[in-house]
Amino acid sequence: VNELLSKFPQDIKQILEKYPADQKRSAVMPLLFLAQRKEGYIRTSALSEIGEILEIQETEVASLVGFYTLFHDHEAGTYRIQVCTDLCCALRGAEEFLAKLCQELGIQPGETTPDGLVTIEEVKCLAACDKAPMFQVQTESGISYHENCNVEETLDMIQDWKGNAKKAGGSS
Amino acid sequence: MSGYVLLRHRDISDIQDLKVYQDNGGFKSLKKALTKLKPDEVTDIVKASGLRGRGGAGFPTGLKWSFMDQGNWPHYVVANADESEPGTFKDREIIESNPFQFLEGVAIGSYAVGAEEAYIYLRGEFWQLAEFLDEKISQMEKEGLLGNKLFGTDYNLKIHTHLGAGAYICGEETALLESLEGKRGQPRLRPPFPPAFGLYGKPTVVNNVETLTNVPQILEHGAEWYQDLGTEDSAGVKVFSLSGRVKKPGNYELPFGSTYRELIFDLGGGILNDAKIKAIMPAGASSAILRATDQVLDTPLDYASLRELGSDVGSGSVIVIDETISMDWVIKKTIDFFKHESCGKCTPCREGNYWMSFLTKQIQAGDKSEEKVQMLYDVASNIQGKCLCALGEFAIMGVLTSIDRFPEDFGRNGKE
Repeated sequence: VNELLSKFPQDIKQILEKYPADQKRSAVMPLLFLAQRKEGYIRTSALSEIGEILEIQETEVASLVGFYTLFHDHEAGTYRIQVCTDLCCALRGAEEFLAKLCQELGIQPGETTPDGLVTIEEVKCLAACDKAPMFQVQTESGISYHENCNVEETLDMIQDWKGNAKKAGGSS
Repeated sequence: MSGYVLLRHRDISDIQDLKVYQDNGGFKSLKKALTKLKPDEVTDIVKASGLRGRGGAGFPTGLKWSFMDQGNWPHYVVANADESEPGTFKDREIIESNPFQFLEGVAIGSYAVGAEEAYIYLRGEFWQLAEFLDEKISQMEKEGLLGNKLFGTDYNLKIHTHLGAGAYICGEETALLESLEGKRGQPRLRPPFPPAFGLYGKPTVVNNVETLTNVPQILEHGAEWYQDLGTEDSAGVKVFSLSGRVKKPGNYELPFGSTYRELIFDLGGGILNDAKIKAIMPAGASSAILRATDQVLDTPLDYASLRELGSDVGSGSVIVIDETISMDWVIKKTIDFFKHESCGKCTPCREGNYWMSFLTKQIQAGDKSEEKVQMLYDVASNIQGKCLCALGEFAIMGVLTSIDRFPEDFGRNGKE
């Protein structure tokens, strides 16, 4: 059973329609994003499922996961906070912001909080150089930008996530 | 007529609304192109306007369009919205705030080269922006501005968005095409260039977002109008992304021929904490870095003048460095970026960036011995001209110019 195909038949159809019928391989990145939904990372089994849909080898799919930084092959926090510390952001205090945020959360860049809620990562330029410090939050449902940030507001936001996670946990 | 050519949302709020865009002349250029002009005539107007590519290379846009192989079909247009150069954030504002002018530009460009399918390749981080564009595209389809038999002609056009997934290299046009084909984003050997061998091996024009967004205005007001906005060498306007140690960072649309002094001090409000300006990076992390002398601050900003100064317009990403920053730290940051983003295909770039990173870290940590600095300079020099794409060239630019133009920051006393 192709789990991806049975889970998202409509999405997959729509994605494939974007590309010429004989160039299905173009759909590999959109399908990887699709596979990354829910768990926030790509299961090994999804590689062969995508390969089957697109009629390419599993290793060809896997090589893309390794190449592109937005694809993840391992589990992390529900929210990945990805702070840009590239040159322009660093000129406007991004490194200090990251250090302080990590200190407050008691983790290092690359690590996840013990409750599994937040992973902090240091990333390269996100095209928001005039609004540093800034970060993006990658979750199972997509990516959102947060700009002109300070540590206090960021911690408040994380508190809200904690509340939401509890609510979701309690009701299910 | 309003003052802005590209950032028109600053004059006309809600221009991202289809009705508002149409009330302000929107899609008249597309209609004019399709109903009154032959594809070649559209290309000729763009050629005559002097418009050059705004993604960094500055290649004449109309000329690129005229290179499409007429013996090989179908043709494709790909809009490059991969915007990943540190210091560049202009395409995002254009798409976010003036999306229909960009989409109209894509449509006119597609008509000019006979493409009936166009793709917009957005960096993966622009997830929300892609959803936003998808909505705008379906609005256009509903209004008959995209789809079959546009404006009663035989011309059909579909526009699709496609998300990358976090790779700077995919801003390079052939790496972008590889990525769009579902492969790792690694550059191809050129020639053949995309107008001969592009997406799926078919003739393809790859244009930057800002480039295409100029096109509807050029068709509306004429090639001469556009020429007159800029200088003889550099026609029209440019969006400069201003960042770094300035009081008011942001995007500023200026006619070519303006100066850094206007951009940094008049518009950007001057340097943070009123410190002294030290250096200007005219083209993001890829810049040949300039010492911010009075001469540099007052040089007209255009392709030819910047080249004379020993730098380039690039994508117009101006990073300002002040006296509190040492250049050895700056290049440690840029090399860290390029080491991470090298796709690994060409050995000089892959290994060279590793070694430059190794050396810049030691130098920045305090080991400014002549031996180390010279070794860094030699490694950089040996990458030059040995790679398939420009990433390797970009990486060394900051290293060589920093050591040459700011020797005091590398333990050298000599002057340039």
